[in-house]
Amino acid sequence: MLILPKSSFKGGVHPLHNAGEGKTQTKGVPIKKYTPDTVAIPMAMHLGVPATPIVKKGDTVLVGQVIGEAQHPRSLAVHSSVSGEVIAVEERMQLGATPSTCVVIRNDFCDTWVDGIKGFGNVEEVDQSVIIPAIRDAGICGMGGACFPTHVKLTLPAGKVCDTIILNGSECETYMTCDHRLMLERPLKIIDGLRACMRALGVERGVVAIEDNKPDAIRAIADAAKGRKGVEVQVLKTKYPQGSEKQIIKAVTGKEVPSGGLPIDIGAIVMNVATAAAIADAIVDGKPLIDRITTVTGHVAVPSNLEVPIGTMIQDAITACDGYGDTPCKIIMGGGMTGLCAHDDTISIAKGSGGIVVLNEKEAKLMEEGPCIRCARCVSTCPAGLNPCLIRKLCDNEDYEGAKRENVMDCLLCGCCTYACPAHRFLTATCKIAKERIAKMRR
Amino acid sequence: MKLKVSTAPHVHSKNSVERIMLDVIIALLPTAAVGVYLFGYMAGLHIIVGVASAVLAEYAWQKLNKKTVTISDFSAALTGFLVALNVPVNAPVWITFIGSVVAIIMVKQLFGGIGDNFLNPALTARAILLASWPTHMNAFTSPSMFGTVDAVSAATPLTANYVSGASDAASSATSVAVNYSYTDLLLGNIPGTIGEVCKIAILIGFVYLLIRGVITWHIPVIMVGAVALFTWVLGGNEGVFTGDPLYAVLSGGLLFGAVFMATDYTTNPMTRKGEVIYAVGCGLIVALIREYGSYHEGVTYAILIMNIVTPLLDKYIAPKLYGRVKKNA
Repeated sequence: MLILPKSSFKGGVHPLHNAGEGKTQTKGVPIKKYTPDTVAIPMAMHLGVPATPIVKKGDTVLVGQVIGEAQHPRSLAVHSSVSGEVIAVEERMQLGATPSTCVVIRNDFCDTWVDGIKGFGNVEEVDQSVIIPAIRDAGICGMGGACFPTHVKLTLPAGKVCDTIILNGSECETYMTCDHRLMLERPLKIIDGLRACMRALGVERGVVAIEDNKPDAIRAIADAAKGRKGVEVQVLKTKYPQGSEKQIIKAVTGKEVPSGGLPIDIGAIVMNVATAAAIADAIVDGKPLIDRITTVTGHVAVPSNLEVPIGTMIQDAITACDGYGDTPCKIIMGGGMTGLCAHDDTISIAKGSGGIVVLNEKEAKLMEEGPCIRCARCVSTCPAGLNPCLIRKLCDNEDYEGAKRENVMDCLLCGCCTYACPAHRFLTATCKIAKERIAKMRR
Repeated sequence: MKLKVSTAPHVHSKNSVERIMLDVIIALLPTAAVGVYLFGYMAGLHIIVGVASAVLAEYAWQKLNKKTVTISDFSAALTGFLVALNVPVNAPVWITFIGSVVAIIMVKQLFGGIGDNFLNPALTARAILLASWPTHMNAFTSPSMFGTVDAVSAATPLTANYVSGASDAASSATSVAVNYSYTDLLLGNIPGTIGEVCKIAILIGFVYLLIRGVITWHIPVIMVGAVALFTWVLGGNEGVFTGDPLYAVLSGGLLFGAVFMATDYTTNPMTRKGEVIYAVGCGLIVALIREYGSYHEGVTYAILIMNIVTPLLDKYIAPKLYGRVKKNA
């Protein structure tokens, strides 16, 4: 295999939490399928307008059947992930204390698929014009966490040209190993998905970017990419937040996305490897996005990489891992650096949920904030080049105009500053509040 | 089920203010140990008094003002330790006591406590002591362990150099031109303050701080390099470019100041570029004071002057932002 130069970006941290970034528990565990008794499928799993439910209590639904319709260009269809009976269509609290209409389905374990599911054929031969509509109809959104509808991302604004599609296989987040396992076990799907997108847009160069702490995944993807037109593997330095969109673009292309702009402004599109695999399923088999791989780790009895139907509740995923290993005190949806806290274990696994991390009381203990000692660790780790402690000072004085002048709107909310701060100051939280306040002021 | 909800990130590095302060204290131990070895038990007494009075002063001040007591972050202990290492062993112990109290109350607490002082507390205390009790603060003795005990007061390498340099122009009869060998300078067989004499011990502390990631090499190396450069350019007796950079680097409090004082987080700039300017500024001022000033040791004032410049450097030098490029470039 080719030894390629390792690319990186400025700033960042090396989270060594629980050794090996918390990944050691699950990185060697093969993907395991699990199907729960009941699923609660939220209508708002993507960024944009929620889907409108078109089934009602008592209906029988089949696998792959549309249960939520996209009635807006920025919306996305939702499909049933199991076959069975709809037992409720109701509001349920989801992440971030946001209520969402959920279709609750009791699984009949017959796995009966809806009629008319049919693939379009080989990604290298399929007609280019069907690719993006197929992605839309399959209800695919970014599976790395941002959940942006993929067909919107692939519909280029007028006058923009894409020259590189980057598949993000860096998985820089702590604890998560779902993308790692996917790259190891299903590399061909990932490459198929990438080729489908490249063909849809007529792009010549496709790069799968992987951190150097996953040499086995690098090998698997490089093998799968052999002989595929325009596909290459790029090795990245292991550093958080390598998988952040702007940072991975800098590492791969050497170019920076203009502040306030989009990757397409410099001709790049970034997608998660799991999204690419879902795209391959949609094109080759006509299969909508109804399941995903989620790493369930931390204090569970058997930490696992589960492949579950979308809408599986946290409690069922935990059961699949033989229950809690310790009294749970905090459950994170996502990784340790950017994940959101679940207020309850009935929250559903959505299209963008890559991980569930259970922390015990000791790990969940909030650290007390001390005064800033101006050590400048936040400045040197900030990948956006901000001065977080100055922004914090301004925000403490409610000077949001000042924070805006200090470019707080460029903040990625990656968490590096808070991670590195020896005084345990909540710098990222401050930036988040400032960004929300300033966005409100604009309106 | 009752679960905690908080904002990301949910994981933290092992960094803490306590650990950083403790690391600096550990890094100071070699040079302190050599100080006690060279100058005798009185040096140890200075250190104990320095640390104890700094901690007590902080505790008393915060109790009296009904503030949270922060002595457990070790920063007061560190300040007291630094003050003690900055006085000559022959100075009375009350000098160290006053230094510690001044550092903690006047320089640190009156400006808002840890992180809010704009001057290095220990260094400011030293400057105040120097101005208030110059005879005590210049009562240097040669180290007793190397056998040259008899001198009650001796010229430090810099004083010696200063006197001999001046004597060339004036009469050479009155001055005692003492010159120390590089080995003596390196090992610490020279008069000086308790903590500054043994350069090897200071370098051990420097390496420890680098390994622990408490400081980066930039400020100390650039500052020392700048002193060497400017001394070579300005410092010779036979015109420019004849100075002795090695002698300048190894004498006085330069290494101690560059490693332990100039690197104080609170009083140096936030950006790398700012740090470079700060360090070059420190070095230049040291060389200028040593060469042209009426006082032979410039490190204290050089660092303090650059401490004052730091807010200005932070105001005008911002870190490089990601994505400040033209759209459609």
